[in-house]
Amino acid sequence: MKIRDHSELFKQQDYQEQFERKKEFENPWPAEKVREISDWTKTEEYKELNFKRENVKINPAKACQPLGAVFCASGFEGSMPFVQGAQGCVAYFRSHLSRHFKEPFAAISTSMTEDAAVFGGLNNMLEGLENAYALYKPKMIAVSTTCMAEVIGDDLNAYIKTAKEKGIVPQDLLIPFANTPSFVGSHIVGYDNMMKGILKALWAGKKGEANGKINIIPGFDTYTGNYQEIKRLMAMMGIEATVLADVSDTFDSPNSGEYKLYPGGTPIPDAMDGVNALATVALQKYSTVKTTDYIQKEWGQKTLTLSPIGIRNTDAFFAELSKLTGKPVPAEVEAERGRVVDAMVDSHPYVHGKRFALVGDPDILLGMMSLIMEMGGEPVHVVCTNGDKHFEAEANELLASSPFGGNGKVYAGKDMWHLRSLLFTDPVDVLIGNSYAKFLTQDTGTPLVRIGFPIFDRHHLHRQPIIGYQGALNLVTMLVNTVLDELDRKTEGSASFDVIR
Amino acid sequence: MRQIAIYGKGGIGKSTTTQNLVAALAEAGHTCMIIGCDPKADSTRLILNRKAQNTVMDMAREKGTVEDLELDDVLLRGFKDIKCAESGGPEPGVGCAGRGVITAINFLEENGAYGDDTDFVFYDVLGDVVCGGFAMPIREGKAKEIYIVTSGEMMAMYAANNISRGVLKYAQSGGVRLGGLICNSRETDKEYELISELASKLGTQMIHFVPRDNEVQRAELRRKTVIEYAPEHKQADEYRTLAKKIADNKNFVIPTPITMDELELLLMDFGIMEKEEAVA
Repeated sequence: MKIRDHSELFKQQDYQEQFERKKEFENPWPAEKVREISDWTKTEEYKELNFKRENVKINPAKACQPLGAVFCASGFEGSMPFVQGAQGCVAYFRSHLSRHFKEPFAAISTSMTEDAAVFGGLNNMLEGLENAYALYKPKMIAVSTTCMAEVIGDDLNAYIKTAKEKGIVPQDLLIPFANTPSFVGSHIVGYDNMMKGILKALWAGKKGEANGKINIIPGFDTYTGNYQEIKRLMAMMGIEATVLADVSDTFDSPNSGEYKLYPGGTPIPDAMDGVNALATVALQKYSTVKTTDYIQKEWGQKTLTLSPIGIRNTDAFFAELSKLTGKPVPAEVEAERGRVVDAMVDSHPYVHGKRFALVGDPDILLGMMSLIMEMGGEPVHVVCTNGDKHFEAEANELLASSPFGGNGKVYAGKDMWHLRSLLFTDPVDVLIGNSYAKFLTQDTGTPLVRIGFPIFDRHHLHRQPIIGYQGALNLVTMLVNTVLDELDRKTEGSASFDVIR
Repeated sequence: MRQIAIYGKGGIGKSTTTQNLVAALAEAGHTCMIIGCDPKADSTRLILNRKAQNTVMDMAREKGTVEDLELDDVLLRGFKDIKCAESGGPEPGVGCAGRGVITAINFLEENGAYGDDTDFVFYDVLGDVVCGGFAMPIREGKAKEIYIVTSGEMMAMYAANNISRGVLKYAQSGGVRLGGLICNSRETDKEYELISELASKLGTQMIHFVPRDNEVQRAELRRKTVIEYAPEHKQADEYRTLAKKIADNKNFVIPTPITMDELELLLMDFGIMEKEEAVA
């Protein structure tokens, strides 16, 4: 049998005939009517109605809390993410992460079924912990929850205590927990809750000698390249740093022919020592709100939120770090800055004045807006499904700070179907978003730069950093080349189809 | 087959009234069934002459899954061959009792527990309507009739009004109707008149006024209904009357719940609020 390629499969005669025959049963609207409605969805009138929509979300750009929680939990050495809830939920987290990173991902479900929903999930928790400990020998089991456990009010703290009292798992086994109801917040909130839960469990009231180190909390950052980059930069600065929830090895482990269940992660003793650090630097704000608050109040430790995406933000990052540690910014870093500024000067004629639409998580959006405006680009539509009013205020402030922000509007809580309307009524040159935004590209023809999570349909983008000066260079490369690709497409067959751009 | 749900404030005597009423219906030759929708599982004790048997949820837990459950495990027969089942559920403070009711009723329905020969199915439902699970008996066209057990006490009346509100919600989408209030007398002031008036305000009737009689308690101590324990007693006749009225009832309405203020006004009209305030 000849295996036919998927890209041509449905265009072939047998399938075409089958689609035609199906219409008899589908009883579809006439093609003309479909076109009419399709055209109507591109109008100002439809946009107005679309923005009045209350009872349905269409393609929201967010995932749910426990996804962020298991992601966070996987960033510690020997740590097993463990979800109190139904199997399907955990299958979703695992496949979602695997599709983005193209790596296997292990997480445990307590397989709550109907009887657990009625009687509570204590037995599921006890058996789950017992099995997980016996089979996978974790150093830490990090517990989060799905909707089901949250609706019935499972008491994680009491359940875990019971497990230890009954001797099902050792008393000293680290079992942090976080309540992560999927119907509240998004993956960034789940990350925050789990991180706080893990730090609470690791700390357990012990404080030792100041170690002079800096804790780095990347937040819900799915760029493994960023983790390598931040470690490189800290080394260049001569700062001893602990990345809390270092997921880089988990999602980017070398292929040695041997499967490792726990390929890396922040060593537990290092993480425990985090309480004795000089300060904690969060590289994202909206996925670390509760965690940084906890560190300030409970550890009495200074926290800084510095998201080094773009030149201005990276400058601030190094300035603050230098102030904090008293160490100067090394010449190599300044040289890197010079190189990316040079690159931006080279590329800015193509980016200056270009209009951008952006959709994604709050911190990435803020970073990208900043970088785009640094090159004279205009962020026009900024859609953040999981953004709150604080994000909206901060994004508006950022737009107001630049002459290129004047046409920008921020849409917190809106989804990609809202963005679709905007792209028709007020078109832009470039769209920035995750893989799901490709459907907007399909509908509107706006070229897409894939930045954010999840990216399922392009490979290895997560391996390149987008933070620091090196990251800025990567972003500039992606942005300008997308503009140039589009320019080539538009000028094909004309005298403007030029070899030099 | 008529499916009937009995609601009312906790402790008002729903289970006792339901079982005596069903015993009277069975005595009159009707085929009946009681489904207890309360994790305490005490809705069938007087019919079975013993504390609740294996509940649906208990058995489901024992077998690991509801799918492995057999109808015979949970469906028992008591006085006059009345079929009895209890949903069961978790201990207070854990899990979700409402989900237990949903699971149990779905199981009984899917496995044909009601049978074609059953004349009456009664759902005895815990307390007030507390969540979607406890509204299960009146969802999706199951019970089409509701009776609310109440008394002349203010909080019982308040609960009756509240339940009417829940019924109203399902009356508009499904076919559920209020059949009347059953006054289970606490011998409060002007109780008969008060509940009659409340019933008319809710757009329904007081279908029967069940007087207070210690014979009910005496029978209960022996785990029996009055119908079984003292069939000749006048209280047994009260339940027979209630049973006949329900069997013959044609008065089914969409309730018209009143506001808290209207309810207080009603109590004042009957001189009850004033009296209490004077005492205070």
